[in-house]
Amino acid sequence: MFRMTGAELTIRLLERQGIRIVSGIPGGANLPLYDALSRSEHIHHVLARHEQGAGFIAQGMARVTGQPAVCLATSGPGATNILTAIADAKLDSVPLVCITGQVPSPLMGTDAFQEVDTYGMSIAITKHNFLVRSAQELLSVIPEAFRLAASGRPGPVLVDIPRDIQTAEIAFAQWPEPGEADPAPQAYDADIETAAAMINAARRPLLWVGGGVIAAGAGGQVRALAEKASMPVTMTLMGLGAIPRDHPLSIGMLGMHAERYTNMALEACDLIIAAGVRFDDRATGKVQEFCPAAKVIHIDIDHSEIDKIRTASVGILGDIAEVLDVLMPKVQPNGRAEWLEYIAALRAAFPQHAPVQGGYETPQKLIRRIGEIADEGAIVCTDVGKHQMWTAQSYPFRRQRQWLTSGGLGTMGFGLPAAIGASLAAPDRRVICFSGDGSLLMNIQEFATAAEQKVNVTVVLLNNNCLGLVHQQQELFFRGNYFSSEYQIAVDFLKIAEGFGWRTVDLGTSADPDADIARAFAQRGPCLVHVPVDREEKVLPMVPPGAANRIMIEGEAHA
Amino acid sequence: MPRSVPRTVLDVTVNNHPGVMSHVCGLFSRRAFNVEAILCLPMHGGEASRIWLLVDEDDRLEQMIRQMRKLQDVHDVRVSTEKTAVFDQLGTVMGG
Repeated sequence: MFRMTGAELTIRLLERQGIRIVSGIPGGANLPLYDALSRSEHIHHVLARHEQGAGFIAQGMARVTGQPAVCLATSGPGATNILTAIADAKLDSVPLVCITGQVPSPLMGTDAFQEVDTYGMSIAITKHNFLVRSAQELLSVIPEAFRLAASGRPGPVLVDIPRDIQTAEIAFAQWPEPGEADPAPQAYDADIETAAAMINAARRPLLWVGGGVIAAGAGGQVRALAEKASMPVTMTLMGLGAIPRDHPLSIGMLGMHAERYTNMALEACDLIIAAGVRFDDRATGKVQEFCPAAKVIHIDIDHSEIDKIRTASVGILGDIAEVLDVLMPKVQPNGRAEWLEYIAALRAAFPQHAPVQGGYETPQKLIRRIGEIADEGAIVCTDVGKHQMWTAQSYPFRRQRQWLTSGGLGTMGFGLPAAIGASLAAPDRRVICFSGDGSLLMNIQEFATAAEQKVNVTVVLLNNNCLGLVHQQQELFFRGNYFSSEYQIAVDFLKIAEGFGWRTVDLGTSADPDADIARAFAQRGPCLVHVPVDREEKVLPMVPPGAANRIMIEGEAHA
Repeated sequence: MPRSVPRTVLDVTVNNHPGVMSHVCGLFSRRAFNVEAILCLPMHGGEASRIWLLVDEDDRLEQMIRQMRKLQDVHDVRVSTEKTAVFDQLGTVMGG
């Protein structure tokens, strides 16, 4: 018989899941868990400075590895603080296990000190959640939480454990097996046959790939299928890196901040193979007018995504890598010269805004330049705003899981803690976090965590001293009424970073930016690269919210 | 007043523990999809429960059913149009 407390059991079960790093903050209701954690020989605890930071640190780990990562918070404010990171994981399908402390069971429902209904509040933003009602239950709940987080479409699972259950003693005879992802559903042969016939018959097919392709690790299959059938590939924000940006068949990102030729190619296609995408409005624009001439083959592991927004001609439920493996031999090689020439003509007629070479004239060229200076293994993280869209448009992504961004929820403050988590999970890789001043200020306290953990994170701060995308929308759609989007004081980020123990580089006063960036990358440990940016620098082209993708502001040539 | 949208009953088998009803009803309320009536009784000695939901049979229903099937505490969802009569009978009992 094994005898231990619920808290010790929880920590041992995390160890048995292979967890080696957890992030979090202790508090009254989870102190027994922390006491047990202090005696773990396998788990390193990363003390965040805010629970939202702890949640995003775990997200950074999970997004880089594809495996569930763990974050901890106490009851009440600890739990409410971490909910944003949980919601973010839900919208981007990131596997996460969040363990919160709760007030003792007898006090639940009495408005006890630091009590909130964590279970109730997290229902809508988790894949599943548990309120543990006995220490015995932990034996099934913890492995189950990991199984659920990793199975099918990944997502966050929350486990709320009252304090008395953490301190309760239990005896048990046998350890449960660690929770693992279930096998994916098997696609129907008939659907695969139909899809292959549709691809073979299509004259102007396009592959549209999203975060589901990254989750399935199906980038190789996408590339092989595209090459065999000469199908151009467009990516959602979450799908960037599925195939290399400079691949001849890549037509880049689609949607609100796509290149004009990309959205026009989508207008003209007669078949879309949509893989691991959810027809998000930022990608489709006005959905009734999205790819009006196209039939749709939709491949997804989540049944509720198929036919959710647009009815598919064929819906294929399954793991994308497995589906494409079966589909591939049935698809005939086809040069599709006419279609590829049409796309080349579109590209020539509407030159890209995204730079093909780096430099220092614009933020886009700077981001491209940093991509040229950084090695191919660099992980790129962003916050949310103009810098995020410029990075999506310009960075030379080459591989899957290289790109971490808050896509679905669009959480400002995501970048820095997610970059810390990425670096903890992949300590040998450089992590570059492109951020904006508005976003960075939302979790700047994690500068302390980064310095403490000595992570290899370089934050490139594009500082326009305003809320850039809000500013742009106010200019374009609210007659330039810049209400509450321009900051009245200019914060000295270099001093702040130094105060947190960071190295700094100021490109604003640099005589040799290439050398200064190389210097920033030369040493390990956190470093801030500060880049002043004009407020008037815009993210273009832009589809106005709610408009069809063919309506693009400044979609014309912009050489 | 005659209803333009016909109604149907979703027959849902779920685990019986606190919170399951919130999971199920939350799916509907988040999508502004009204549940007109609810019946819920424990079964199998209390391990599971059966929930009947009286809902509009509109074009969102298939998506609702798929979302409900994703819930970990939901074992099964079936559409049983003929069971709407039960709600009519209850309506007379409850004086509606």
